[in-house]
Amino acid sequence: MKFIDEYRSEADTRKFVQAIQKTVTRPWTLMEICGGQTHTIIKFGIDRLLPEEITLVHGPGCPVCVTPLELIDKALAIARRPEVIFTSFGDMLRVPGSETDLLSVKAQGGDVRMVYSPLDAVKLAQKHPDREVVFFAVGFETTAPANAMAVWQARQMGLKNFSILCSHVLVPPAMEAILGSPHNLVQGFLAAGHVCAVMGYWEYEPIVEKYRVPIVVTGFEPLDLLQGIYMTVKALEEGRAELENQYVRAVTREGNVPAQKLVKQVFQVCDRQWRGIGLIPNSGYCLRPEFAEFDAAQRFEVTGITAEESPVCIAGEIMQGLKKPHQCPVFGTECTPEHPVGAPMVSAEGACAAYYQYGRK
Amino acid sequence: MNELNLFGAQCPIPINEYPHVLMAHGGGGRLTQMLIDRMFVPAFDNPALEALHDGAVLEVGGARLAFSTDSFVISPIFFPGGDIGSLAVHGTVNDLAMCGARPIALSAGLVLEEGLPMDDLWRVVKSMQAAAANAGVSIVTGDTKVVNRGKGDGVYINTSGIGLIPDGVRVSPKLARPGDVVLINGAIAVHGIAIMSVREGLEFETTLESDTASLVDLTARVLETAGEQVHTLRDPTRGGLASALNEIAAQAQVGIRLVEANIPIWDAVRGACEILGLDPLYVANEGKMLVIVAREAADAVLAAMKDHPLGREAAIIGEVVEEHPGRVFLRSRIGGSRVVDMMSGEQLPRIC
Repeated sequence: MKFIDEYRSEADTRKFVQAIQKTVTRPWTLMEICGGQTHTIIKFGIDRLLPEEITLVHGPGCPVCVTPLELIDKALAIARRPEVIFTSFGDMLRVPGSETDLLSVKAQGGDVRMVYSPLDAVKLAQKHPDREVVFFAVGFETTAPANAMAVWQARQMGLKNFSILCSHVLVPPAMEAILGSPHNLVQGFLAAGHVCAVMGYWEYEPIVEKYRVPIVVTGFEPLDLLQGIYMTVKALEEGRAELENQYVRAVTREGNVPAQKLVKQVFQVCDRQWRGIGLIPNSGYCLRPEFAEFDAAQRFEVTGITAEESPVCIAGEIMQGLKKPHQCPVFGTECTPEHPVGAPMVSAEGACAAYYQYGRK
Repeated sequence: MNELNLFGAQCPIPINEYPHVLMAHGGGGRLTQMLIDRMFVPAFDNPALEALHDGAVLEVGGARLAFSTDSFVISPIFFPGGDIGSLAVHGTVNDLAMCGARPIALSAGLVLEEGLPMDDLWRVVKSMQAAAANAGVSIVTGDTKVVNRGKGDGVYINTSGIGLIPDGVRVSPKLARPGDVVLINGAIAVHGIAIMSVREGLEFETTLESDTASLVDLTARVLETAGEQVHTLRDPTRGGLASALNEIAAQAQVGIRLVEANIPIWDAVRGACEILGLDPLYVANEGKMLVIVAREAADAVLAAMKDHPLGREAAIIGEVVEEHPGRVFLRSRIGGSRVVDMMSGEQLPRIC
């Protein structure tokens, strides 16, 4: 298939693997930021093709995985209300809260619907003026423009029955949190190409400077990842800490400026809890005060809900690259995709689910 | 507690995990399997059921009969390439065919929702009639019930059927053995994507049509070509190719190796799967069959399939091996390898 097969060629894969083998002289630990990249790596068996000197650790870039437990409990509380149509992207539906998940709330009579775009949720609100339509707005910078657009459109249409439960998170502060940790193992990053398609990559320049770490903006197809790994390893071997762009067909330094403008109009930067990691200052988006009427947490008064994480789940260590999923004591036993203990086992992008589904035990 | 369980007083499905039935319990993946293994098979305990084939095989007066049943709850009831009527007939005749049987007769149970346009019902019935005629089977008995408006999706259909297994035919998922070759009669995931393209909230433009079809004739050709060298037949419907092959690998206690590049898939289907974040190996099929045959017979069976209108794109997609019994491995397009597991829960589209 055009624009797909070119990036999945077996012959070119071999060339990149050989180039990496020739370049590497000692052990390096690289982190791919995005869960989509983790998924490609495991699905195509890329990690098994690499020389043993290279260790790939899997970053926090899975929005489902880092959404805090208490926010999911809030979502469940809202979704149970009879007047509410609760809408969400598919993979949030199965994420366990403290006691249950959205699919179970649906089984018990809650009106929970999967949508492909927040704009579909806006349409639902138009179609059902007698109901309250809530969209679960999670995700990184990638989904922020569409979510901002949904709120902006709802305002333009004068919709009073639409709101979002917002838990947006941002990549650069999470990278800084990992690099600033005394336990950090990561020596080079594959930055998330799709986040950079929206935001550009200028935001990463200060991180490269401050931590002297190479960062390569990388795409999501197998050859993108292999080239990204090659570029990172080459920089490390040559002692260069630079910001490079592998994903030139989608990413520019400036990014998508109109999208950024819209995001700034609707959202402001705030502190954010990351599931398994904890509070990271200035690491998320929340609605600006002038859009507060669209905040579902306030509309449904669920601000008081708090929750405790499962003490056995090591998601935090996994997402900081300190441990691999199968090093978790409950991986594949107590914690499976049918009965996940922690969020990385739920989403297709979660490192634990990728390891489980593709048989890394 | 154990003592109680012996008398069947306690529900065998872990109640703290699943206090309610979820959609995934009907999805054809791991939760469906759990219901079958832990609740239905122990409760109804008998040798014909334990074979866990697409249908039961019963010996009656020296003849071997296949008996199968299937219920259809698809929404929307009319979709590109078919409707619930043709699907209901094909589902059961194909289950019979996958037991190696020639279908003889079907029953049809219709559950209608109050308010269903009579014209729609007539379209469904005509479609059942055409599909049955095409499969060479008669609908010989039936039942009709009507439920209150809002309690059903227009129409639900159950079909059951019996068929006769000819002498010299012996197919079962348990008979797949190392050295065998895995074939499929055409491109995967077409039906699932065609249905998704018209589902509410997800309408996208495509010219894809469901490939729902009777496999009776194609199956007969395959069996005429290779007789007892045909070891296993399976139509990979719900749960897709991956779930069907996992079931076979588990029941025969063999390993299966697939070559991703050899699995036929249309660009339109691949494109939709890429956009929606779905794995085509887990997307539902109709009118598709997996054939596991002895290696010596593979070329002849492939030629026979390609010679049939429903097998033009037939291909050898993998092999049965001794290693990793119960598991399916796939050689990826770039030459890496991975496990292809049973579908777990519903396939949920990704955020980004």
